[in-house]
Amino acid sequence: MIEAKNIDFYYGDFHALKNISMAMEANTVTAFIGPSGCGKSTFLRLFNRMNDLIDGTRLTGECLVDGQNIYSKSIHVDELRKKIGMVFQKANPFPKSIFENVAYGLRVNNMGDKSFIRQRVEESLAAAALWDEVKDKLKKSAFELSGGQQQRLCIARALAVSPSILLMDEPASALDPISTSKIEELIHSLKKDYTIVIVTHNMQQAARVSDKTGFFMLGDLIEFSDTKKMFLSPEKEQTQNYITGRFG
Amino acid sequence: MSRKVSQHIAFITFRLLGSLVVGILFWILGFIIYKGISVISWDFLTTAPTDGMMSGGIFPAIVGTLCLVIGSIIFAFPLGVMSAIYTNEYAGNGWIVKFIRVMTNNLSGIPSIVFGLFGMALFVNTLGFGDSILAASLTLGLLILPLVIRTTEEALKAIPNSFRTGSLALGASKLQTIRKVVLPMAFPNIITGLILSLGRVSGETAPILFTVAAYFLPKLPNSIFDQVMALPYHLYVVATSGTDVGASRPIAYGTALVLIAIVLLINLLATFLRRYFGKKVKTN
Repeated sequence: MIEAKNIDFYYGDFHALKNISMAMEANTVTAFIGPSGCGKSTFLRLFNRMNDLIDGTRLTGECLVDGQNIYSKSIHVDELRKKIGMVFQKANPFPKSIFENVAYGLRVNNMGDKSFIRQRVEESLAAAALWDEVKDKLKKSAFELSGGQQQRLCIARALAVSPSILLMDEPASALDPISTSKIEELIHSLKKDYTIVIVTHNMQQAARVSDKTGFFMLGDLIEFSDTKKMFLSPEKEQTQNYITGRFG
Repeated sequence: MSRKVSQHIAFITFRLLGSLVVGILFWILGFIIYKGISVISWDFLTTAPTDGMMSGGIFPAIVGTLCLVIGSIIFAFPLGVMSAIYTNEYAGNGWIVKFIRVMTNNLSGIPSIVFGLFGMALFVNTLGFGDSILAASLTLGLLILPLVIRTTEEALKAIPNSFRTGSLALGASKLQTIRKVVLPMAFPNIITGLILSLGRVSGETAPILFTVAAYFLPKLPNSIFDQVMALPYHLYVVATSGTDVGASRPIAYGTALVLIAIVLLINLLATFLRRYFGKKVKTN
């Protein structure tokens, strides 16, 4: 369970997120939509503290994961990122073999011996619906895979360290329609084990994969409700305008 | 004049100038080989000079130069690479880093004779190492430090940030990310920088003038506190202040040829290492 309370976020003087509060339940898929620069990706990156890597940012408010403020001093950031996995917009496999890509997180976190790692790599690749395609070439470079396969490899890599939450930052925006639909099916199947938060540019995608949707604009959370309700009868006029394609 | 003609003229000019550079290089090489090849023999490479350096070989100078190359790299490589990791990966973009960068660039602009004098003052006299391999290695190390730092920084900068964030997002620490993702990817380019500086070290004369180079010392060093002969300085000595400069001219060209061959070998080694590490990092 993830909860944001009165989040304000600044890049230098730029007020990127304005007093945002929302809660996401376990084993659901929550989608963030909104025009470019609305703050949806920034908001997503708060939950594994990726924004910490950018100089000159400032945060007020509370980010709670399972009731614990992840910005409190007692939180170990590396541990947190292990618990909250992330998939990026552009597939970013390491220049290593397919096997080593998935094993990487296990190795750096000292999780288990050789046989455990082998087993976990297979499970993760299977969970990411990639095992059948790569089981005969685990030693090959990850760069030999297609774009869609690389993105599923990155998902497998994130799953390997057994996170409870998966953050996805436009995971299919650089992929062709077939690869995109594979990723979407995958999100469906992962839902039973993981809490998923996905940022997307594609409203149909949000409608297809998510249980709840949040609509962001210019740093404000305009509307947050069940996806069905959001797309059938949005409460706010801005939401209506955006999802009917009048701007954005 | 039509565009096609002007394009043609430009193309020919560029090609001529490009070939000119290669031509000059081959001219120098050919000249040295032509003048020096007659003295090259197994004895020349494996014995010490005799008869007031009028005959005999240059073995001690070869060994001396290799000692200096290795010594300066042992000093400059770890220091340079770690400084570059600090400025590029850890230090952010504050004024301290900018200051370090400006100073590093300034350091590379200092004439090598100044390094020689500094090395003599600090390592030879103040620290009491005397004229020794150690003093000269440290001096040469300082000389190439900016080069090592700059090429390493460039190598690190060329690694896209997405690899770093990808690693950090899996719970890897910053140090793990650098060690397991960034450095292996940057390594081929770091090696290239290292080799460039090796070539520089083997050819430098001024920094070793006051810190190690012996005019005539027909035996091999026993420790890092010994003096040695070195190829560039030996070349200078044979060419300018031998007992009979005219008669020892072939020996000078022979020495130059050996020096160039060593630099060439080092560069070949670099290309090989670069390929090897490039393959180990499985990019396409």
